[in-house]
Amino acid sequence: MFGIAAADWVALQLTLKLATISTLLLLMLCVPLAWWLAFSPRRLKVMVEALVALPLVLPPTVIGFYLLILLGPRGAVGSFLESIGLNHLAFSFTGLVIGSMVYSLPFVVQPLQNAFQSMGTRPLEAAATLRAGPLDRLITVVLPLTRRGFLTAFVLSFAHTLGEFGVLLMIGGSIPGQTQVASIAIYSHVEAMDYSAAHALSLLLLVMAFAMLMAVYALNRRFRLVGVAG
Amino acid sequence: MNVLFQLQRGDFTLDANFDLPDQGVTALYGRSGCGKTTLLRCMAGLEPRARGQLQIAGQLWQNGAHSIAVHQRALGYVFQEASLFPHLNVQDNLRYGWRRLPAKHRRVEWESTIQLLGLTPLLDRYPDQLSGGQRQRVALGRALLTSPDLLLMDEPLASLDSTSKADILPYLERLHRSLAIPVLYVSHSQEEVLRLADHLVLLEDGAVQAQGPVAEVMARLDLPLAHSPGAQALLTGVVMQQDEADHLTAVSCEGEVIWVSQLSQACGTGVRLSIAARDVAISREPTSNSSVLNCLPVRVDALQPDAQPGHVLVSLKLGGQTLLARITERSRRTLALQQGDAVHALVKGIAVH
Repeated sequence: MFGIAAADWVALQLTLKLATISTLLLLMLCVPLAWWLAFSPRRLKVMVEALVALPLVLPPTVIGFYLLILLGPRGAVGSFLESIGLNHLAFSFTGLVIGSMVYSLPFVVQPLQNAFQSMGTRPLEAAATLRAGPLDRLITVVLPLTRRGFLTAFVLSFAHTLGEFGVLLMIGGSIPGQTQVASIAIYSHVEAMDYSAAHALSLLLLVMAFAMLMAVYALNRRFRLVGVAG
Repeated sequence: MNVLFQLQRGDFTLDANFDLPDQGVTALYGRSGCGKTTLLRCMAGLEPRARGQLQIAGQLWQNGAHSIAVHQRALGYVFQEASLFPHLNVQDNLRYGWRRLPAKHRRVEWESTIQLLGLTPLLDRYPDQLSGGQRQRVALGRALLTSPDLLLMDEPLASLDSTSKADILPYLERLHRSLAIPVLYVSHSQEEVLRLADHLVLLEDGAVQAQGPVAEVMARLDLPLAHSPGAQALLTGVVMQQDEADHLTAVSCEGEVIWVSQLSQACGTGVRLSIAARDVAISREPTSNSSVLNCLPVRVDALQPDAQPGHVLVSLKLGGQTLLARITERSRRTLALQQGDAVHALVKGIAVH
């Protein structure tokens, strides 16, 4: 279909799976982190904020390199996993998930933190005086008031993972069906001088990314609410 | 019931202890920064580090460091800015607390509250389509509809312009008459206190400076209130008679008759008269040859030099109630005014609430 080979569809499928899984895991992890950054008193905060923003400025290969060392058979994490009878994570799908989570961290934390900050604590206090318990407040006040932040975080992280190359190549290599994602498949086609295959896959990625961003901006216009577009 | 709270924040210490009557409006009055809002937040449970003692309707809300969660307290809280939920329309804002209350605990009626606050035409609107005064009315309704055992209001009029204030004050007065729960009203406006409060707690630098019935505290010469430029005394009386021809109303107060501009209230209604200290003159003899309508026999209760140089503040007893008069030191000398003297108070401006 669209002149795309079966192997490339597998790569594309893998990309989507990777983006979905790492984005969902990131969202779960980042809600408490962003909440803490938004509302806790300073001190430690500045350091954590700088750490969270680090992936924005580091070359992806640097992140990928350190992760490869850490997750590989000689790294702290990899060797520990092998010592308890599991496999190390270099060149594995799990390794890719961890890599893209690290790489997309700021894209999830920052929109959420901004959304929480612009909401402030007042709506929560008002809800508490109106008999709403903590979970109730989260569902009926926080989520509706910060849904733009959530949407932005989700889409940025997802789209960012679709386009990721350096980190994934370092950790995952290019094993078809396991770690060869679309961006890496494109690179392989170009290396093999197969420009038409590279072209087809590239165009598809471009269209997907554009459609997703359009959807976000359209949704953001519809939400008449507090929230930050990222 | 006794209320006690302590909280240390930076170099500010709140250490307040006062009696909250179980009915009527108690005003928490003081300069900005004196800890009024903090005390109110402590009472609501919004300051986790507060220590104290608070028991409302038989339930211990705060006992030392132990306190029950905000959402488990039967309280209504009106913030200085209305703080409505922007994603809900007026109806859903009002229903937010209402539907979280089991039906058998609902003592405040939906219909009558909506009507009392004039909210019917606003129900479908969103908060950003309301004026400041309308928003504050919705916030008030939202708090009332949770059938609170204690209503806390944090300067609900402070952020409003004078038109919006005039729009909401009558509702607050109506509310005042229809509520049978303690209301704590934070304010730094003397006018609001005069119109709405029954009791007054004066707060200064985080501590209670004085407390008691409004009329009593306002007229105490040892407190800064009486020495402020706009110092007022409060008298309570009953509408006695209407003079349709002259557009005047007679109010009976301590057996005396006070004439005021015509009131709409029916005979027998209780009213509050506030009289500024600068609008009261003192005369040894009753005068009938002046334009001042009201000349009341009073007794000099106390005299004290005023903050304004060359002036003296005099408190005058009209029966059991107190009037304030600010006169010049020279007049005091001329009249040889002494504590205990029987004199006449010439009262010029009277505001009726």
